[in-house]
Amino acid sequence: MNRLISWKDSDWALLGAALLIAVMGIVQIYSTTAGTRFAGAHVRQICWVLLGIGLLLLVCFYDYHNLLNYAPWFYLVVLALLVTTLLVGNEISGARRWIQLGGLTIQISEIAKLCVILLLARFLGEFQVGEVSFLDLGKVALAVGIPTVLIALQPDLGTALTMVPIAIITLFLAGLRLRYFGAMLLIGVLALPIAVHFLRPYQKERIATFLNPESDPRDSGYQVLQSKIAVGSGQLWGKGTAQGTQTQLRFLPVPHTDFIFAAYAEEHGFFGVLLGLMLYGIVMLRLVASAQTAPDAAGMFLVAGFLGVFAFQILVNVGMVVGYLPVTGIPLPLMSYGGSSVVFTCLALGLANSVRIRRFVN
Amino acid sequence: MRFTPMEFSDKETRYAARRLVFLQWAVVAVFLFLVTGFWRLQILDPEYYSQLAERNHIKEISIPSARGRILDREGRVLVDNYPAFSVVAKWGDEKQLEAHLAGIAAGLGMTPSDLSQRVVAARRRSPLRPIPLREKASWQDVAFVESHRSEYPGLDLMTFQKRAYPPNGFAAHLLGYVGEVSESDLDLPELALLEPGDRVGKAGIERQYNDVLKGTDGSRRIVVNTYGAEMATLDESLPVSGRDLRLTLDSDLQTIAEQGFQEDNGALVALDPRTGEVLALVSRPAFDPNLFTAGISSGDWSRLMNDPNLPLINRSIQAQLAPGSVYKILLAAAALQSGTVTTDTTFYCPGGSSFYGRYFRCWRTQGHGRINLHQAIVHSCDVFFYNLGKNLGVDLIADYSTQFGLGHRTGIDLPHEQRGTVPSPQWKQRVFGEKWYPGETISLAIGQGALTVTPLQLAYSIGGITSGGRFMRPRLVSTDELVAQGRGLPSDSDGEVRVALAEETVAAVTDALYGVVNEGGTGGRARIAGLDVGGKTGTAQVASLEAARAAREEGDPLKDNAWFVGLAPRRNPEIVVVVLYQSGEHGALAAPLARDVIKAYYDKKKGIQPQLANHEEPGPQPAASLVPPDRVGG
Repeated sequence: MNRLISWKDSDWALLGAALLIAVMGIVQIYSTTAGTRFAGAHVRQICWVLLGIGLLLLVCFYDYHNLLNYAPWFYLVVLALLVTTLLVGNEISGARRWIQLGGLTIQISEIAKLCVILLLARFLGEFQVGEVSFLDLGKVALAVGIPTVLIALQPDLGTALTMVPIAIITLFLAGLRLRYFGAMLLIGVLALPIAVHFLRPYQKERIATFLNPESDPRDSGYQVLQSKIAVGSGQLWGKGTAQGTQTQLRFLPVPHTDFIFAAYAEEHGFFGVLLGLMLYGIVMLRLVASAQTAPDAAGMFLVAGFLGVFAFQILVNVGMVVGYLPVTGIPLPLMSYGGSSVVFTCLALGLANSVRIRRFVN
Repeated sequence: MRFTPMEFSDKETRYAARRLVFLQWAVVAVFLFLVTGFWRLQILDPEYYSQLAERNHIKEISIPSARGRILDREGRVLVDNYPAFSVVAKWGDEKQLEAHLAGIAAGLGMTPSDLSQRVVAARRRSPLRPIPLREKASWQDVAFVESHRSEYPGLDLMTFQKRAYPPNGFAAHLLGYVGEVSESDLDLPELALLEPGDRVGKAGIERQYNDVLKGTDGSRRIVVNTYGAEMATLDESLPVSGRDLRLTLDSDLQTIAEQGFQEDNGALVALDPRTGEVLALVSRPAFDPNLFTAGISSGDWSRLMNDPNLPLINRSIQAQLAPGSVYKILLAAAALQSGTVTTDTTFYCPGGSSFYGRYFRCWRTQGHGRINLHQAIVHSCDVFFYNLGKNLGVDLIADYSTQFGLGHRTGIDLPHEQRGTVPSPQWKQRVFGEKWYPGETISLAIGQGALTVTPLQLAYSIGGITSGGRFMRPRLVSTDELVAQGRGLPSDSDGEVRVALAEETVAAVTDALYGVVNEGGTGGRARIAGLDVGGKTGTAQVASLEAARAAREEGDPLKDNAWFVGLAPRRNPEIVVVVLYQSGEHGALAAPLARDVIKAYYDKKKGIQPQLANHEEPGPQPAASLVPPDRVGG
């Protein structure tokens, strides 16, 4: 069986596109942080990407089935870590999202996504029928719901929301009837006013601002407006690397993390944006292809879970940059500065590739 | 727990495969959805966002220009500039400024609420400019700003050219002052290009010749970051200073005139009737224009506005008062010119006379006896002029008065000149809807009743009559200077008006004026040995008869105004001086003051510098014993 497994069967298009995006991200981080207090961030990002590539290769040649064996244990450990984060995590501006581990601060929520995907892949991969019972639906909802709530309590609503598409996409592929999706959508809409009630003031403000960004250009609408100005003034060809006035003169908020694509759009214009979005499109389409050719249901669910996370993050982050969606603080995978995000993404791509190179097993 | 890998059953594969194809299209949909966002911003509306980006980081900073100086006719500097500092805040982001308000307020010795009020007001007025926190920075303020540069990076000092006006309100009314342009000013066509916060002349010469005096502000376009810190300069245009403006004013004569008033209210106009050039223009009480240079405080402003003596009024061109007996000069010229009387015509003055059933008194109760025109002017006989007025008729009186310059503006180059009033039956019908009573003509004949003039009008009018009917428009800037400043001449030639006056008429009037001063007449105290000085006294009620009666009934009788018109030489004078004293008890000082100004004028011609210090001496004391010379009846 192992004869059929070869690194030559890797998804080169997926890995190549991902590497290009990471390089573009490093260049953009350098451009936006040079001369600021974040200077040198690109060097750290290079280290994270190299670490990510190492993990990716490691995971590629590791049979994901072995990981799935331990999925429940991973899940329990990560739940414990999330609780620990809530209790003793580093508090930064009112939120406990990071655990200090030696010199590293780790965002447990990124690992939690991975563990939830593994657990769901294992659980749904054992299915023999193309229909999901209410009991199974409840199990999935519970498995996704517990970490989601724990992350939302940090509070980190953006990352918590990333859990939802994992559940949706895997249930969708597991054959959940569309009428159940319709019912869930209805419940979600009805529950919205209650959810809004539990939102924190800054979160309500962000939604209000999203609905009318010009209402308060000095304050909360400022970020959205400045992002739109950055994107729009980039025009067709962009202002050139490190030439964006919005980015370089700090009008654009956090241009190396959440708004990195706005900085990229300002400096590289519409054609740069097309290139970037096409690379992301290639990554996502290759993930779909990997899911289609997966040797077993578990592999398909694994890849589909990653696809759900990626697609959601890209949609929400880039949608925010152009003012389509509210500000949520979700990073753009592979481009935004941040070790946890890079490591998660590389692990996910590695596992997806691991599924890919085992496609001829049967 | 062991996991057994499982293979797709046919059914499951089909099912999932269909949904995976759906996911493929979903990915394409997400891609297209996001592309439309960039399409909208970068392709459909790029100019809009490019402009917003530019407005974000490119700021235009105005570099104020220095205003031109104002000089007197000999080139002595009246109004100058000196550099001063003001403390400004240049924060782009209001929130950061507000975080520092308390610290800045403490450093500048202000309360935080005062400071925040200033910030709010300044932002409302001109949101793009640095916010002035303190206009006149002391050395402590400068030290505070310099030592807190890193703590308050938006706090800065701006040098500006401050206007320095002469002390003690010297020539305050005619010089005017500068201030921030007001909202209503911005509607004026000549000020349309200004922005709120710009400084313009608000009164006097500063306003009238704002276009000459004002410079062209320079500007600097700079790149700023989100914190308002300056990153680079794009381009710069240097400010161009305004041009100096030379007035016709003689500061020696102006000084003598102003000192002569001491604490009294009044006005003085000295001009050269040959050219219309104004040599002195005084209004008392005065104000200090320096109060306005850095934004007048509300306390100072309300004090000026509520002062019962109305210090902001320029009495020389805005006081509208009955001319009293000074008007007899105009009436005599009118009567002679129209042929109503000759130099030989006489009337009998028994000390009063009845007209239209009402008794009109002469100021001299024992009467002047039979008297001709010359003597009637010299001794200011009221009865003679009652008869003259009756014979002349109100229509001719009004016609000649208007020809001689009353009832309309002289056109001096100062803003807000008043017209005065020449009453007539048509005028009364128009304004009050009432009939003209014949008795009003009798009052009008001695310059009372509804007739009002400004001091400048009197100087203009009498200067024109004694110059043989050549009336020159008064001006504070000579035509030569106007041409030099590139303003050119006004369209209506050089402001000369000619009224046909026979030589005999002019000779009779000017001889009488000489008599007033030199032949034992009412103006004897204007006499200067060796000089051909003429003049005429006058006294007049402050207001209408009704107002005077009302004031009397309230137990606070209005004081009379004392006039004196002096001129030299009597024919084609070089200088005409009109003095108005608004406090009755010192009215006798009017003639000596005119004399002093005329004497100083001739002294200067002979090369003798006027002794200004000595002029402090003649106060109210020597004059107090003298009876006011020209008391007319109510």
